[in-house]
Amino acid sequence: MNTILKTEKLRVEFKTRQLGKATTKVALNGLDLAVQAGEVFGFLGPNGAGKTTTMNVLLGFIQPTGGAAYLFGIDVRQPIARQRIGYLPELTYYYKFLNAEEILRFYAKIFKIPNAEAEKRIDFVLKLVELQHARKRLIKTYSKGMQQRVGLAQALINNPDLLILDEPTSGLDPVGRMKVRSIIQRLKNEGRTVFFSSHEMGEVETICDRIAIINNGELKAVGSVSEISSQHGANLEKAFLDIIGFQPEAVA
Amino acid sequence: MKIICAVAGVAVKELYRRKEFYVLLIVTILICLVMGSVNVFNDDKVIRYLKELALLLIWISTLIIAITTTARQIPAEKEQRTLLPLLAKPLSRNQLIVGKFLGCWVACGLALICFYIFFGALAASREHAWPLLNYFQAALLHWFALGVVVALALFGSLVFAAPSSNSTICFVIVATILCLGRYLDAVALAQSEPIRSIFYAIYFAIPHLEIPFGMRNLIVHNWPLVEWKFIALDAIYLLAYIALFLAAACLVFRRKPVN
Repeated sequence: MNTILKTEKLRVEFKTRQLGKATTKVALNGLDLAVQAGEVFGFLGPNGAGKTTTMNVLLGFIQPTGGAAYLFGIDVRQPIARQRIGYLPELTYYYKFLNAEEILRFYAKIFKIPNAEAEKRIDFVLKLVELQHARKRLIKTYSKGMQQRVGLAQALINNPDLLILDEPTSGLDPVGRMKVRSIIQRLKNEGRTVFFSSHEMGEVETICDRIAIINNGELKAVGSVSEISSQHGANLEKAFLDIIGFQPEAVA
Repeated sequence: MKIICAVAGVAVKELYRRKEFYVLLIVTILICLVMGSVNVFNDDKVIRYLKELALLLIWISTLIIAITTTARQIPAEKEQRTLLPLLAKPLSRNQLIVGKFLGCWVACGLALICFYIFFGALAASREHAWPLLNYFQAALLHWFALGVVVALALFGSLVFAAPSSNSTICFVIVATILCLGRYLDAVALAQSEPIRSIFYAIYFAIPHLEIPFGMRNLIVHNWPLVEWKFIALDAIYLLAYIALFLAAACLVFRRKPVN
């Protein structure tokens, strides 16, 4: 199979200063991941586990302290590695002084999509995320769910082969969640590769082909949902809690 | 280049969809119209004072536009998290910096055209003359000076976290250069070593924006045109500073975490 996303011994350290004392926090410690073409890959972990840091490295937002990351076999530090990807950040906002159509046109220009093709693509993605009726409205008038759908539309504007979604349903109401989920499902059926982080176990169980569980910057488990669940003799949520070492009695 | 133009286009749109530019233009027009309606001391040459005042207001307004627009570009992108989907595209950080600079500079240029058209109309209503080439020379160097200010503010926006502190520092630096820049060498002469060398170093290091600022006299006193080679030389001199500040901004932004 064709490996689309790969990390090798990825290490990220954050240097901070507390009360005049320099401290180093290891956010990622030797992370090895490989995502194959056409699969929907769920990236799970508790808050602060290193999910967003991994995505930040993959997208070139931060430089790794050690190791390497590749998209389509190209080092992520090169902008061209991002030519065939779409990215939806967690809870993002878009230029309030632009409308949905203008935002998508702007991103299409960055991908150097020819104008005629860009217009067709804008029509298509706006229809997909059900925002045709609001395409001329300024973003500042949009609800949170609508903004998240604009986010999905911009992530799909270049017809990407790989989608990286950071908690795409976070903060949305049930209807918004269902809409986003159905779009991911549709992309899966089209054979796209989707790499996404989520805290919604039901969502992960329904959509993902494979999952990885990360905790304290280290990879704890990789495999299909059924494999991981059966290894721990429980459903995914219990397996997840078991893998990250959560002890319910400690809370009680 | 298409990518840089796309980034620049958004910066231009932002300026013209916000209120600051319109407010400053209207305030400048109102002040000039009020001042123009009174004839102080029955002086026939009062139009010179009016022109002086109008040009000073135009300089202040365009500096406000240039600094406030540029200073918030990158910090606002960070704060509103629009930087993340943007940098997740095949866009290098240098392209982003150059695009932002170009957008703000072009926006300032468009604002400058509006201001100078008003100024031309105001002066023509009293003097019945259109010294267009003089206006062009003054506006051209004014625009290049704004380019230096935009590049400086862009660099500052990557060094200082808050746009307000960046704007204040940029205003202080630019105002100091405009008011005191030309006297620094004279001050240096009056000092003893090593202070003299320090003053000279500052004198030669700062961008001398007072040269384009002084071009106001060309219009106020109806002086003859400046030789084009001097205009070209000053434009090249200002372009060198633009390149310097942009290179510094690119260096600072190159490895800066944006999460």
